[in-house]
Amino acid sequence: MENNKVIETIGLTKYFYNPAKFQVIKDVNLSINHGEFVSIEGRSGSGKSTLLYLLSTMDTDYEGQLLIHDELITGQPDKNLARIRNEKIGFVFQFHYLLSEYDVLGNVMLPGFKLGKYSKEELEHRAMGHLKTLGIEKHATKKTNQLSGGEKQRVAIARALINDPLIIMGDEPTGNLDKKNGDVVFDIFKTLTQEFNQTILIVTHDPDFANKTDRIITMEDGRIIS
Amino acid sequence: MNYKLILNIAFHLLRARLKQTIVAAVGVTFSIAMFIALVSFMSGLNEMLDGLMLNRTPHILLYNEVKPSENQPLSLSGDYKRNTNFIRSIKPKDRGKSIYNSMSIIKTLKQDKRIIDVAPKVTASVLFNSGTIEIAGFVNGIDIIAEDTLFKISDYIKEGKVTDLSQNNSIIIGKGLSDKMLLSKGDIIKISTSSGNLASLKIVGISEIGIAEIDNVMSYTSLATAQKLLGQNKSYITDIQINLYDKESAVPLSKEFHTAFNLDAIDYQTANSQFETGSTVRSIISYSVGIVLLIVAGFGIYNILNMMIYEKMDSIAILKATGFSGNDVKWIFISLSIIIGLTGGIFGLVFGYVFSAIIDVIPFETTSLPTVKTYPIDYNIVYYSIGITFALFTTIISGLFPALKASRVDPVEIIRGK
Repeated sequence: MENNKVIETIGLTKYFYNPAKFQVIKDVNLSINHGEFVSIEGRSGSGKSTLLYLLSTMDTDYEGQLLIHDELITGQPDKNLARIRNEKIGFVFQFHYLLSEYDVLGNVMLPGFKLGKYSKEELEHRAMGHLKTLGIEKHATKKTNQLSGGEKQRVAIARALINDPLIIMGDEPTGNLDKKNGDVVFDIFKTLTQEFNQTILIVTHDPDFANKTDRIITMEDGRIIS
Repeated sequence: MNYKLILNIAFHLLRARLKQTIVAAVGVTFSIAMFIALVSFMSGLNEMLDGLMLNRTPHILLYNEVKPSENQPLSLSGDYKRNTNFIRSIKPKDRGKSIYNSMSIIKTLKQDKRIIDVAPKVTASVLFNSGTIEIAGFVNGIDIIAEDTLFKISDYIKEGKVTDLSQNNSIIIGKGLSDKMLLSKGDIIKISTSSGNLASLKIVGISEIGIAEIDNVMSYTSLATAQKLLGQNKSYITDIQINLYDKESAVPLSKEFHTAFNLDAIDYQTANSQFETGSTVRSIISYSVGIVLLIVAGFGIYNILNMMIYEKMDSIAILKATGFSGNDVKWIFISLSIIIGLTGGIFGLVFGYVFSAIIDVIPFETTSLPTVKTYPIDYNIVYYSIGITFALFTTIISGLFPALKASRVDPVEIIRGK
């Protein structure tokens, strides 16, 4: 059963130094299993986003240990971390962060090109497949600024999926969307876990969203309370 | 690292900022083009001015100088060998201007592999007579073929041909001389030498070198005519002019010939040292102006890349989040500057050539330079290589700092800041 853990943390602790030394994450021990749809909930300032960015490997300034798929991540050089993010983690942020220089398909394919596992044709095929699953295949050749907010967020999800990541991490992915689009995005996540057994970790302060997930981690003052 | 992908991203970034990219590249183009046009023009000018003097100066000249004997009788005496001797009021010794054993010296020199050709010459100071007027001047008796191959004397003959000198008793006189004495081609000129000989020579041509001092006094005739004029035999030679394949070796070779033939030898550098200085100063000026232009273009590129990085913070952050390392991001921005430098530089080479070609056809006629009709340009591949190398160098350097900055962007800070 060891292999079932996608992410594991041991004694994760982080301080902010500006303006004064302040402990944001206090000795967090957490593990997320394969196929789980997990949400992290908490008030603003509870450290939930900070925790997500520690797990994302982008923030390396912490104490304790982080393991992804039983591989120790802590202390690895920037180049390896970039490769791990590329291969194993898909991101969806509150803001879509699409590159305006590329069309929709180009945006989705970019992390795939970086991984270099598939040929261009295969990648295109896979990207179109994801866009179809998300119901936006007709926008594939459009520029990103021609899409609505909900559509952009769905493109961002397709981009997160392109390399078959171990886990998708989301930081308030519905935060910028209205109720209707938010529900669409949530349904997409739900479908991904149910049909493709995709592991998903979402940070949210929306209790409605959190309540619909499989597992809720509640944070307060840098600690997991439930 | 995936270079194709990095270049692809760089191209997309550039295309999104096409106008600014073009402005940056045009900066490079302009500076490279100006650099090439300037250096080619300056160097062409240098060559022309050097040619004015240097091309008509032999690399090494062998002659007899009027000077005191190096060994005075006193130094031959054994009694005073160990003393320091002071001799006052020494007079120079006249060994005659003629080079002793000139025929065998010329023969030896002609077999030397380092030497292009040897041109013997007879110079004599004479008086040109026209009615009651006497004008002092010089007659150069030249070996027509050798003189023409070494010094391209036919370039300076305005009327007539230099080969006409092979006729007996013919002469080509300087333009200033012909103007003063109202003589033209076909007339007869009377010449008296310092030894009192009088001769009448037929003018077969007019020469104009462009330096009034020379054109006013100089005339050319064949070796045989000059020897006859002076009442000397066929071995009478006053100067031996030598041109070398390697012009830079003139200094050591002149020393070698000095000791080998016991003749005075002077190399062209010593004879025309002020011209070399002028050329060097002009080169320095044109190179420094060119390099300043390139540095200014470099600042332009630095500015544009810097702005682009601030604009593209989000893109950099998401690239990093989705698996591009700091190194990848750095190379994306370095490629940007290389693309700008390379396209700007190549267009610069083309425009540099065009500008040079335009300068090359602008008429430039002065009475002092009869052979020059347009502004001189030196088309030299070296200037083009320097231009493109420096273009790439400055753009990479000016792109490096923004690229390093981009590689250090912390994605968490950008993403969380939203």
